[in-house]
Amino acid sequence: MTTTNPTPTADTFGMYTVGAPIADTKAPTTVPIDKMWTTRKFDAKLVNPSNRRKLTVIIVGTGLAGAAAAASLGEAGYNVQVFFYQDSARRAHSIAAQGGINAAKNYNGDGDSVYRLFYDTVKGGDYRARETNVYRLAEVSANIIDQCVAQGVPFAREYAGLLDNRSFGGTQVARTFYAAGQTGQQLLIGAYQALERQVAKGTVQEFKRHEMLELIVVDGRARGIVARNMVTGELETHLADAVVLASGGYGNVFFLSTNAMGCNVTATWRAHRKGAYFGNPCYTQIHPTCIPVAGDYQSKLTLMSESLRNDGRIWVPKRAEDCDKDPRQIPEEDRDYYLERIYPAFGNLVPRDIASRQAKNVCDEGRGVGPKVGDFRRGVYLDFAESIQRLGRAAIEEKYGNLFDMYAQITGESPYEVPMRIYPAVHYTMGGLWVDYDLQTSITGLYAAGEANFSDHGANRLGASSLMQCLGDGYFVLPNTIRDYLANGPFPKVAADAPEVTGALAAAQSRIDRLMAVNGERTVDSFHKELGHIMWEYCGMERTEEGLLKAIGLIRSLREEFWRNVRVLGSADTLNQSLERAGRVADFLELGELMCIDALHRRESCGGHFRAESQTDDGEALRHDDQFLYVAAWEFAGGGDGVVGTPVLHKEDLVYKSIELKQRSYK
Amino acid sequence: MNLTLNIWRQDGPNAQGRMVTYQLADVSEHMSFLEMLDVLNEQLVEKGEEPIAFDSDCREGICGMCGLMINGKAHGPEVTTTCQLHMRSFNDGDTITVEPWRATAFPVLRDLVVDRSAFDRIIQAGGFISVNTGAAPEAHSVPVPKPKADRAFESAKCIGCGACVAACPNAAGMLFMGAKVTHLGELPQGQPERWARVVKMVAQHDHEGFGGCTNTGACADVCPKEIPLDVINQLNKDLRASMSKRA
Ligand SMILES: Cc1cc2nc3c(=O)[nH]c(=O)nc-3n(C[C@H](O)[C@H](O)[C@H](O)COP(=O)(O)OP(=O)(O)OC[C@H]3O[C@@H](n4cnc5c(N)ncnc54)[C@H](O)[C@@H]3O)c2cc1C
Ligand code: SF4
Ligand code: FES
Repeated sequence: MTTTNPTPTADTFGMYTVGAPIADTKAPTTVPIDKMWTTRKFDAKLVNPSNRRKLTVIIVGTGLAGAAAAASLGEAGYNVQVFFYQDSARRAHSIAAQGGINAAKNYNGDGDSVYRLFYDTVKGGDYRARETNVYRLAEVSANIIDQCVAQGVPFAREYAGLLDNRSFGGTQVARTFYAAGQTGQQLLIGAYQALERQVAKGTVQEFKRHEMLELIVVDGRARGIVARNMVTGELETHLADAVVLASGGYGNVFFLSTNAMGCNVTATWRAHRKGAYFGNPCYTQIHPTCIPVAGDYQSKLTLMSESLRNDGRIWVPKRAEDCDKDPRQIPEEDRDYYLERIYPAFGNLVPRDIASRQAKNVCDEGRGVGPKVGDFRRGVYLDFAESIQRLGRAAIEEKYGNLFDMYAQITGESPYEVPMRIYPAVHYTMGGLWVDYDLQTSITGLYAAGEANFSDHGANRLGASSLMQCLGDGYFVLPNTIRDYLANGPFPKVAADAPEVTGALAAAQSRIDRLMAVNGERTVDSFHKELGHIMWEYCGMERTEEGLLKAIGLIRSLREEFWRNVRVLGSADTLNQSLERAGRVADFLELGELMCIDALHRRESCGGHFRAESQTDDGEALRHDDQFLYVAAWEFAGGGDGVVGTPVLHKEDLVYKSIELKQRSYK
Repeated sequence: MNLTLNIWRQDGPNAQGRMVTYQLADVSEHMSFLEMLDVLNEQLVEKGEEPIAFDSDCREGICGMCGLMINGKAHGPEVTTTCQLHMRSFNDGDTITVEPWRATAFPVLRDLVVDRSAFDRIIQAGGFISVNTGAAPEAHSVPVPKPKADRAFESAKCIGCGACVAACPNAAGMLFMGAKVTHLGELPQGQPERWARVVKMVAQHDHEGFGGCTNTGACADVCPKEIPLDVINQLNKDLRASMSKRA
């Protein structure tokens, strides 16, 4: 392959305009990086305990980020209201996280440190994350483990009773804490229990089966939300002194992803429409180890945790003609352990973006395995035969039993007997609402935490780092930074009939009325699936200028058709799941366009964003630091429902003082 | 395969419910049970009929959101969650009856959707360890013997789905509650509140309208996370111990 290195130009394709750069992210950069967080915490104003209960904070989401923040703010004595769409706070999507959570404890004495975790995260993110935030994340990581253990989170332990660790991709130390393949569940139950304790104490009020549909902004400050009671259909307004969005990621824009069915962009998109910048929307993570697509009825894809790459070896046959053979009959010398071959230093533990793209490459070469989907077999083997032989079946069962069972349940094949078949799937979104060092968005008083913000993972997230970020944000960062803002409150009371409140309510109502009134021919899911196909094809693992331009055209016409031809039955004043989905898909149809515009404008490859036009001689992502060393923060400039206008790009230059900028290598 | 489905339809919490029969053709054995219902719903919408409401979210057997009575069995014929049940467990020509969880403490909201808030309130009553953020000691300061850590973990696997209640002839929530009492009671961190916890949780359980346990074991038979019946023994043991400690 030859190096294609186009000179990036400022051509906007007429798709966007460029606005003022973002100069200050509010990190206390006058002190060294390892003193910044202490400085910020000390400088943040305090709120007198007796004033706290007079201050109301709305938190949307009870995943790790939201539940941790809500419990901690409740404990501190603030008046907290949490909103979530499930029937219990414990069911947030964080529950599904499998593999583990990173922390720089260095319990194994293998050379780990805050700096190394910081370094690995910045490098893993392909030097597109903000240094100051990532350093802080590494700094608070150790405390997260302490907090969770104290809550009773049953992490895996060794026989001596101490905590056990495993390794994840993109690192050479074992710093991942885990609870079998159910780490997210155990962490979330810990946070949920802390939350329920505050509900019992009366500091936190829960609004279950409530979906946020609008943000209320008064005098430039976020002051509340409009939420729909999903059981009665009633639209409610809730007012507060500050609003936190911890509503998770938007991977479901692809329809098929490892996310839960209800994961959506509505909360953050509605805030974006009200002025919150959206950071790096095109940075999506395609996870290398998921169960391949089996049919068009499929509703979601299932992740097989990255932790499996500790003991499983990834391979495909060397020759295409072996691809339909029983894998156990293919002799060692006819197998291509391609990750071990191409990346001898990291082998099967290369970062996700690399493992995914290489899986795509071998399948594109015709060496994929499993049933043909279209012209190609889309699968590679993840083989445990050797580790079962080395460690015994019992040891493998203890580490991965539930994952093996899940795989068998879904595919009908036992990974103890035959190698798993896996293929990349959409998993995580690094992009999200732009936030400053305090996790405040570009709307005063509106904060974003967890996967909903764009902050710590740059262009690619390392395994086991999201749980860390969500809990870091929720337990330790947000409670400290939001108090600096709340110390200026309570803010003037907002009247229930203020025009900003009634306006937001009317906007939510008219949107619902419009969706119900279309009464067209096509189901909501059919639109969602079609959007997903477009995104996967043109804004997935590999992106090109031509493809992205095509995708934008397709999305625009699909969105136009949606508002004219979608069919939502039933009524808006009952539990109506079609209506819920229709609202979410309407927002995905707007977000999808912004993702493509972002991907189009970033004429470089970095992390999960691979532009075919920008690669090294051996096919690795080629960055253009001279042109793109910035966060793309997009401002909304559109109109009513379905009208997205021409977004405005604000650049936040990335400054690396504590890390040397390098082309990433895992060889 | 071709199926006949008898499905519970109910317009709202106070509406009268009824069973409605649907025919569904060309069901693939690789579909999950909920994907089969998705396909049925798409067909209903195309015909202009309102789709069937049912809960699900993760579809990976971990969030506990899904849960249907399938042919009278909570989560259906396999020991797994409804979302992880696949159509290969059924045969061409089968008639399948689908109902919501039936229990006083879990009122029906619409069709197959029920309200399980009672479980949250049992946790609120005491299903936690009281430690404020920032007040935790270094994680390695308290080693936990592996057998205890393992048993705590096994009990903590409960997903709060409510199948145990749905399966129980008395609609008791004892397996759910026993799982939490055992999880926290096995750990050193859970000791200070151990005796008060069990008393408060049991009081809330009874207050919610869950029935009493008569040791039928129906709960453990359907529990998708295979929570063992002995957590109920543990619960009863802790409850007795707490009584004597208070006396
Ligand atoms: C299968 C899987 C496995 C994973 N494994 C790992 C792992 O091993 N390690 C790791 O570090 N990361 C892992 N991740 C990633 C990680 O789990 C997520 O990024 C993280 O849990 C997100 O948490 P969150 O708190 O930001 O949001 P979520 O947990 O997604 O919670 C979102 C919350 O917002 C609410 N909400 C959303 N929209 C609205 C709305 N409009 N109105 C009201 N409420 C709303 C929801 O009800 C929910 O409570 C995994 C992800 C998946 C999908
Ligand atoms: S004990 Fe089992 S059946 Fe009962 S709620 Fe928990 S997981 Fe569900
Ligand atoms: S949908 Fe989450 S357990 Fe079934």
